Amino acid sequence: MHEMALAEGIVQIVESAARANDAQAVRAVWLELGALSHVEQEALRFSFDVVTRGTVAAGARLEVLTTPGLAWCMPCGESVDLARLGDPCPKCGSHQLQVTQGEEMRVKEIEIA
Amino acid sequence: MCTTCGCGNGETKIEGDAHQHEHRHADGTVHRHDHDHDHQHDPAHTHRDTAAHEHVHEHGQHDHGHDHSHGHAHEHEHVLPDGTVVRHSHDHGGVAAHGDHVHFGVGAAHAHAPGLSQSRMVQIEQDILAKNDRHARFNREFLAERGIFAVNLVSSPGSGKTTLLTESIARLLPSLPVTVIEGDQQTANDAERIRATGARALQINTGKGCHLDASMVERGLERLQPPDESVLFIENVGNLVCPAAFDLGEAHKVVVLSVTEGEDKPLKYPDMFRAATLMLLNKVDLLPYLDFDVARCIEYARRVNPAIEVMQVSATKGDGMDAWLAWVKLHAVTARHARVAPKSVAAE
Repeated sequence: MHEMALAEGIVQIVESAARANDAQAVRAVWLELGALSHVEQEALRFSFDVVTRGTVAAGARLEVLTTPGLAWCMPCGESVDLARLGDPCPKCGSHQLQVTQGEEMRVKEIEIA
Repeated sequence: MCTTCGCGNGETKIEGDAHQHEHRHADGTVHRHDHDHDHQHDPAHTHRDTAAHEHVHEHGQHDHGHDHSHGHAHEHEHVLPDGTVVRHSHDHGGVAAHGDHVHFGVGAAHAHAPGLSQSRMVQIEQDILAKNDRHARFNREFLAERGIFAVNLVSSPGSGKTTLLTESIARLLPSLPVTVIEGDQQTANDAERIRATGARALQINTGKGCHLDASMVERGLERLQPPDESVLFIENVGNLVCPAAFDLGEAHKVVVLSVTEGEDKPLKYPDMFRAATLMLLNKVDLLPYLDFDVARCIEYARRVNPAIEVMQVSATKGDGMDAWLAWVKLHAVTARHARVAPKSVAAE
């Protein structure tokens, strides 16, 4: 469950931005998580709640924006949707796919007071 | 750190790095505590952080505003987990720091309470793993300056990683210096097995943590001081999930899958097989007794990673070991030739 380590990374980023902006509290944290990223969202939410206790982000809402997966299909020569790693190209069935989007794991913004 | 599963850093122990003390009081009570000799030492790391913070302070705390108003409004579309689409725009009232991507909206579009201290949005745009990746870059430079080839060996528990390592080291050592960083939650058993081969090994116990991260390896490298132009094996914690996300600064991840496991593991744990350059299919001497379809397993691995190389080996019987060690030697030679001068020298 590396989501705990990811949550710690999120809280460090959030704390540092909150400090820099003289925030009294962090009300919400917006994440961008790619559909193909190495994250189990439920585990991350649980970890976030645990890790934010006693920090400026305690009780903050965790909002997740999911970026859909995209891949470049070599045989088709075009960009196609990819819901999960290991899935075939929805058009030609090939696995000659190069992921181009959907692996993001970013803190996008925070709402502070 | 975590009340349930951990992954906290506090419990990491690097051999010889943490002093453990035991005090016995007169009444018989025994207190144990650790000193963790952790220290920040790399100026490049703190420089990056400080720079970003200074940036933020500059814009955030001074009222004398920017005359060069950027005047662009960012429009965002948020898709909530339930499918609701929320659109809103931020007007960057003249305050926008590019470079480190710190933008300040005038007020949060989400703030609906007039009169109360208004909440505001602060754009951050930072990778969650940015800190790990900074340590990984430091490790990669450390290794490149010394011409060291580093392999991050990953697998589920029981795939035969440690046996594969001891057999590999025994064959490599006469011609090539080898050191090992051993990651396990507990015990120094594996490092002891490695040392029996004659190679130097450092055990890192992650405590409740489920993977090695780049800062652990950075501390490990400092302590281990692998020789120039050598091979460094990093044996990760047995886990096919978590180590996939953490760059340690290695040249390649090599995933070990034994034929006593399911042939569909590449599909079940695609992140790891996607992160690896090479899959070693271990224990192939047992194939006659098993119902394991090698061709299908390789096909599954290539579904998630069309470029993955595959070798079939048996660490105990020796099958395929020559090919695997030729791969290691080839990369070791490449690392030696690609050895970059340390920055201080290069600058002269």
